[in-house]
Amino acid sequence: MKRLLWLSVLLVFGMGVLVGCKKATPAPTEAPKEQPTEAPQAKEIVLTIGFTESKTGRLNVSSGRQAKGLRLWIKHINEAGGIKLSDGTVVKFQEASYDDESSKDRVQELYTKLITEDNADFLISPYSSGLTAAAAVIAEQYEKVMITTGAASDSIYKQGYMYVFQIYTPASRYLTGAIDMLKETDPNLKKVAFVYEQAKFSTAVVEAAKAYAEEQGYEVVLFEGYPSDTTDFGPFINKIVESGAEAVLGGGHFQDGSTFARQLYEKQAPVKAVVLLVAPPEPDFAELGEAAFGIIGPSQWEPQVQYTPDGAKELGIDWYGPSNEEFIKAYEAEYNEEPSYHSAGGYAAGIILEYAIKKADSVDPQKVKEALEATDVLTFFGRIKFDTSEEAHGLQIGHEMVYIQWQKDDQGNLVKQVVWPKEGATAELIYPLPR
Amino acid sequence: MDMGFLFASLIDGLLLGFVFGVAAIGLTLIFGVMEVINLAHGPVIALGMFGLYFATTLLGVHPYMGTLLTAAGGLLLGILIYAIAVHRVIGAPHLSSLLATYSINMMIIGVGTALLTTSPRNIEFSLGSVTLGAATIPVTRIVAALASLLAAVALYLFMQYTRWGKFIRAVTDNRDAAELVGIPSTKVLALSFGLGTMLAAFSGALIATLFPFTILEGGKYELKSFVISVLGGLGNPMGALIGGIIIGLIEGLVPVFLPTTWVLVVEFVLFVLILLIRPTGLFGGRAH
Repeated sequence: MKRLLWLSVLLVFGMGVLVGCKKATPAPTEAPKEQPTEAPQAKEIVLTIGFTESKTGRLNVSSGRQAKGLRLWIKHINEAGGIKLSDGTVVKFQEASYDDESSKDRVQELYTKLITEDNADFLISPYSSGLTAAAAVIAEQYEKVMITTGAASDSIYKQGYMYVFQIYTPASRYLTGAIDMLKETDPNLKKVAFVYEQAKFSTAVVEAAKAYAEEQGYEVVLFEGYPSDTTDFGPFINKIVESGAEAVLGGGHFQDGSTFARQLYEKQAPVKAVVLLVAPPEPDFAELGEAAFGIIGPSQWEPQVQYTPDGAKELGIDWYGPSNEEFIKAYEAEYNEEPSYHSAGGYAAGIILEYAIKKADSVDPQKVKEALEATDVLTFFGRIKFDTSEEAHGLQIGHEMVYIQWQKDDQGNLVKQVVWPKEGATAELIYPLPR
Repeated sequence: MDMGFLFASLIDGLLLGFVFGVAAIGLTLIFGVMEVINLAHGPVIALGMFGLYFATTLLGVHPYMGTLLTAAGGLLLGILIYAIAVHRVIGAPHLSSLLATYSINMMIIGVGTALLTTSPRNIEFSLGSVTLGAATIPVTRIVAALASLLAAVALYLFMQYTRWGKFIRAVTDNRDAAELVGIPSTKVLALSFGLGTMLAAFSGALIATLFPFTILEGGKYELKSFVISVLGGLGNPMGALIGGIIIGLIEGLVPVFLPTTWVLVVEFVLFVLILLIRPTGLFGGRAH
């Protein structure tokens, strides 16, 4: 009996050590960095960009792409010789990052570590609103500027934070365009269902979209959330069918959204349109095959979008950073895959930080913060301008969404097409869903 | 109320119920034979999912062939777990066997998380759907239910008509007496644990043909297995199958009337009620 107890204790301890080892592996840090405060004499300073990535867990796909985009920016800016300030200082960048395992608890621990141990100078958010809400508390507490990407939920920016800046179109504007699109495509469509992940981001999106849909005269016949770890959507799909909904809007993140789309197809749910969050714009969504066909999704950015220096001129604002083609080409060359909007968002977060440092002509966090507040710029990712009011400081007010749909090319291969807004569309919307 | 909706929901629940039932038989069989509550049940279900995943991706076998391979692997794994952790706590107080199986649970989850990560996996496999009145049912669900039923029947026949099946029943009834007539009780216990683990792994593999999964996914089905086992009577394998079907039907029926998230609430209220009113389960538990 005693022996057994000892054995159990040893085993449990052994496991703890194993798991502990895995978690504690920090990202390799590069050359010892100099403090920005010593800048006046220094010719070159290296700033540390701190962030976490969900290498594992359910957010791995989108988060991985976001981190790839950000890393590409760090590589580009360093290769281009860094940012040159007017006093001759050259600013270069290095990363400090960890795997947050798609877990909120890990995020708070790791951002504290990034700030206190890795001495991160600026922060980039993790992926997803849930994780970013947790990280934002830490950034604010230590008064570190954090550019958020992949974090659309409006509520994060309504907590009175002064150091958190969002580059995504906020959740409240995610699906409203889809409602406009449906209204214009089929004036007879009346019944819509919202089935969504019970997470910070998706709940914020559908609540805003529901209000907007009702305003537009739609009847919301089903409004139900599912837990993030749902794998069986059967009960929800039965309810959708029973409710007589003609269009389904909702989803949440990549994993649940693709499972939902797959099961909608398997059960041949007789709906005319399916609009899901996050999952459809990811290139990996095509792995669903037939189940992906016809699915619509809101996207922060697509390879086909056209933001140009001329466009900036028309708006009377600055243009900054690479063109869309340059970004796509560089990303494909680096990673041998098509960028998704999460990749573009990661890169754009870097570009915006770079722009602000340049504008501030300083690496002083306070000056960079002020430069961000004054930012109104067009990039390959779209227009970026932050709310500076006290109620919603840092909320994105410049950027706009596009909507994509999975269609087929002449060879029958699945391709993503931009179907809304009409000015930027690359193909007609396929409607109703051929099922 | 639209009857078609009710029918579609009940069919969905019923089909899943068979799979839940087989998972629970694994748990209840082990308890019935050796009075060990196997806390490694969930991780073994998850290992079954990954067994199928690797059988299809690495060996390239057909998913249903893979479930059989996974089941065979489960049997061996069970015998191994028995030899390492369970044998020496047979007959010891319950806390010892709980700790022993819990440590196995921790090992599988710990190593599994480190090696396999918690990123969801999918087995790319579809057989299309059939339409039955108002219900459109993916064929994989029907196959999973049939395979579960077959497994339950096979277990029943094994227990009733084979020499080793009779040994297991004899050891369940009275181990001392069984030993006196020359039944090798240690081998019988190892085999029983192996069979329980095999069924858990088999059900995991079947679930993996339907839904995406992670190494932590087993926890969900372990909880269900406990509810089902108690419902059907702990130690009563056939009671567990019927318990599984009842739980499946509840999962189908609850969303018709309540938000889907209420399913777990209803299941656990039932769990507590059964424990209070009829602790031996609906069909009687292990005889003492």
